[in-house]
Amino acid sequence: MLEMRNETYLNVGIALLLLAVPLGAWVMDESYYITVASRVAILALAGVGLNLALGFGGMVSFGHAAFFGLGGYAAGVLSHHAFEGSVFLNWPVTIDGSDATLTLWFAAILLSGAVAAIIGMISLRTSGVYFIMITLAFAQMIYYLAISLPTYNGEDGLPLYLRSSLPGLDMSDDLTFFFVCYALLLLAIFLSVRIVGSRFGAALECARQNETRLSAIGIAPYPVKLTAFVFSAMITGLAGALFVELNGFVSPSILSWHLSGEIMIFVILGGVGRFYGPIVGAALFIVLETVIGGYTERWQLFLGIILLGVVLFARGGVIGLLAGKARHD
Amino acid sequence: MTEPLLVLDGLQKSFGALRATDDVSLDVAPASIHALIGPNGAGKSTLIAQIAGTLKPNAGSVRFLDKDITGHSVPKRAQLGLGRTFQVSSLAMAFSALRNVMLAVQARQHSTFRFWRPVRGDRSLIEPAMAQLERVGLAERAHLPVTALSHGERRQLELAVALALEPKVLLLDEPMAGLGGEDSQRMTEVLISLRQDVAMLLVEHDMDAVFRLADRISVLVYGRVIASGSVADIRASQEVRDAYLGE
Amino acid sequence: MSAAFIFEQLLNSLQLGVMLFVMAAGLTLVFGVMGLINLAHGSLYMVGAFFCAWVAGETGSFWVGLGAGLVAAAAAGAVIEMLVMRRLYDRDHLDQVLATFSLILIFNEGTRWVFGAQPLYLDIPAGLATSVPLPGGGGYPLYRLVIIGFGIATAVGLYLLISRTRLGMQIRAGESDREMIGALGVDINTLYTLVFAIGAMLAGLAGALVGALQSVEVGMGEPVLILAFVVIVIGGIGSIKGALIGAILVGLVDTLGRAFLHKLFALALPPAEANGYGAAMASMAIYLLMAIVLAWRPKGLFPVNA
Ligand SMILES: Nc1ncnc2c1ncn2[C@@H]1O[C@H](COP(=O)(O)OP(=O)(O)O)[C@@H](O)[C@H]1O
Ligand SMILES: [Mg+2]
Repeated sequence: MLEMRNETYLNVGIALLLLAVPLGAWVMDESYYITVASRVAILALAGVGLNLALGFGGMVSFGHAAFFGLGGYAAGVLSHHAFEGSVFLNWPVTIDGSDATLTLWFAAILLSGAVAAIIGMISLRTSGVYFIMITLAFAQMIYYLAISLPTYNGEDGLPLYLRSSLPGLDMSDDLTFFFVCYALLLLAIFLSVRIVGSRFGAALECARQNETRLSAIGIAPYPVKLTAFVFSAMITGLAGALFVELNGFVSPSILSWHLSGEIMIFVILGGVGRFYGPIVGAALFIVLETVIGGYTERWQLFLGIILLGVVLFARGGVIGLLAGKARHD
Repeated sequence: MTEPLLVLDGLQKSFGALRATDDVSLDVAPASIHALIGPNGAGKSTLIAQIAGTLKPNAGSVRFLDKDITGHSVPKRAQLGLGRTFQVSSLAMAFSALRNVMLAVQARQHSTFRFWRPVRGDRSLIEPAMAQLERVGLAERAHLPVTALSHGERRQLELAVALALEPKVLLLDEPMAGLGGEDSQRMTEVLISLRQDVAMLLVEHDMDAVFRLADRISVLVYGRVIASGSVADIRASQEVRDAYLGE
Repeated sequence: MSAAFIFEQLLNSLQLGVMLFVMAAGLTLVFGVMGLINLAHGSLYMVGAFFCAWVAGETGSFWVGLGAGLVAAAAAGAVIEMLVMRRLYDRDHLDQVLATFSLILIFNEGTRWVFGAQPLYLDIPAGLATSVPLPGGGGYPLYRLVIIGFGIATAVGLYLLISRTRLGMQIRAGESDREMIGALGVDINTLYTLVFAIGAMLAGLAGALVGALQSVEVGMGEPVLILAFVVIVIGGIGSIKGALIGAILVGLVDTLGRAFLHKLFALALPPAEANGYGAAMASMAIYLLMAIVLAWRPKGLFPVNA
């Protein structure tokens, strides 16, 4: 019980810290750090998505960059058409570009969810190492598709000249944009908490621990896992849309397998199956990148060594170190 | 009235050259316990697996409640009312005993695809689950994680989980194995108390328990049923003594 | 479309296929024996290519370079096996993925540190830089034929190694049962290091041979690694025979897709669009192949019982 309380305090602390940094930066007029905080919030959101599949459902997806990237492309492409004043699709229905934030988010969630349903349907027929490799391979397929399709500049990507508009908010203001990302991040965590704590979540967690048991009591694991996989992809897809908006740019690099690995790293560094873990993981990653990157170009070397150390010697991630083992009841 | 609930007809299963199940036909009548005995490696667990659906037979059929379920998946069979326990306990290890049973209760209620309301504090799950834990004598241990339960307690928990499905027929694979005298005694009492509500196919080595519990006994040797009959028949059968009881 | 063109494409398919096999064989061997998924296999490919290019540049001999590449890759493999992999055999696949992903970061930056950020160039060995005439007209680069030869030799060599030698017997025993191999009185640590080094050497071989066809640069192993994953997923993870069949299939589908799909699209679309969509489809073809195989056989063409 004590450990549970510890984790709760820790979570509140983590959430407040992520809020305090950009506020401090705003007071000191350091807008760069507001952007860094937005990046952390967005990448953490992608991690929250993956955590649902990986941490709670035990589905080691090595292809979540696909959903991140698809979300990004959905938002980016619609916004590009809105800027050009052109249509996205003429047939069978006409779809115009859009610069309405909610439309972009909706498109990102819809596209990543739909593709996740297809990828999941095939991949979830397998398990273990097959699942890891297949999710990786499907993500690569989408990556190469984005590179080779000339319509949206292929490998070079698309610059976006438009900030989307959310009624009542100025999305081009850095701090406002951070608040939006932060709010979505907390919302996604809240949704994860509800889902994992629900009847569905109980079945999902059982699927992770022991699929034979789940089948034996009459719950087919496949639809449970597929549903969770799609939810997971939708959250990560939304993060992709925010990421593209933050950068004002969309390119196939947000579909690359390095990014899949990094999203996984956020989850693991923070602690697998810890609701607030991805925030810690993403923040640590960005801090390492910024701090070590400030001293040496070779920061990836040190990142690799640190990560290797964590995997070999500090299982349970940062939250595991600070708050002890995860509690289930 | 005495139409059997579960009927196996000509089941066959081979692993390579080994015939683990060789033309097995037997049935389980309502409110009765059919015991399946036989030496180690006779194919008892393999037979249970074919009934529960984890193994596909090479030939033959499984009928349950007058339906041919030979092609049904494991979850579908469980939903129809075929519960089971495993010879080696198979539980959600990170969950508490109570959560394991609650999950079975929710499965019974076909309510898995509910995403919002927390199960923690959900009395429509907790109360039926606690009732099953009490039934098997595990109520005080309800909040412990499975990893903290003893071997015997895990067997009891397996039974509670299976009972929470309110099955019509229970497949029990060596429920007393590894239990001490007291635990095994309690398990026997629990099974006796259940007999009126649930028919059982009971695989068991403990002959005292079998003779106490069974209405009918079948003897499996090298995948074949070599004898089948009442307790008295089997006790009397010379063939069974030669092949199995070793007297 | 001439017969010579088709023949040439078939040879290209075969060349890609055998190289993928050499790469995939190491991956699948390591998985089959130790149950380890090794993302850093592509890094060993890169190590082989870099050392080959460097030593070939210093000595002027491709063959000395090739030897150096093999030794370097095998040595790198042995070292990471002893330092890292050994701690991962009993871990779940997630830990293995993350640890070997970290190794990729370390290898990539390390290589950049040692060899600089510029790509190296490795010339095709003198004497092999010609082409041989193809039946039906045209020529085919001799070096690519030599690569095919190396690939076939590797396949035969692996077959003999596994079916005829004492080491092979131990490998087969290790695949079926870890305890049994201990009971045979084999030092399991040495065996695992050896198997891992063999896998690494194969990756190095592929890297060095292909290095002469492309530039030798950091990250060159990653696309190949992912193709090799596709190969072993199709073939059945842990099966060397599956890796061979999978590699040939992937080589065929990928090469022929790139050579012919845009022509197929051109029947219905204007040339520019046909090229675009043809290229897009071609890059997806092998993944579709994988999806179809898996929809049909979730454990690959030659499933290995775990
Ligand atoms: N999956 C399997 N593959 C191969 N042989 C098996 C398999 N499962 C069981 N067997 C063999 O089938 C026979 C029957 O086993 P089992 O049903 O477990 O016997 P019992 O439960 O009566 O002790 C044994 O010889 C066992 O080795
Ligand atoms: Mg048995």
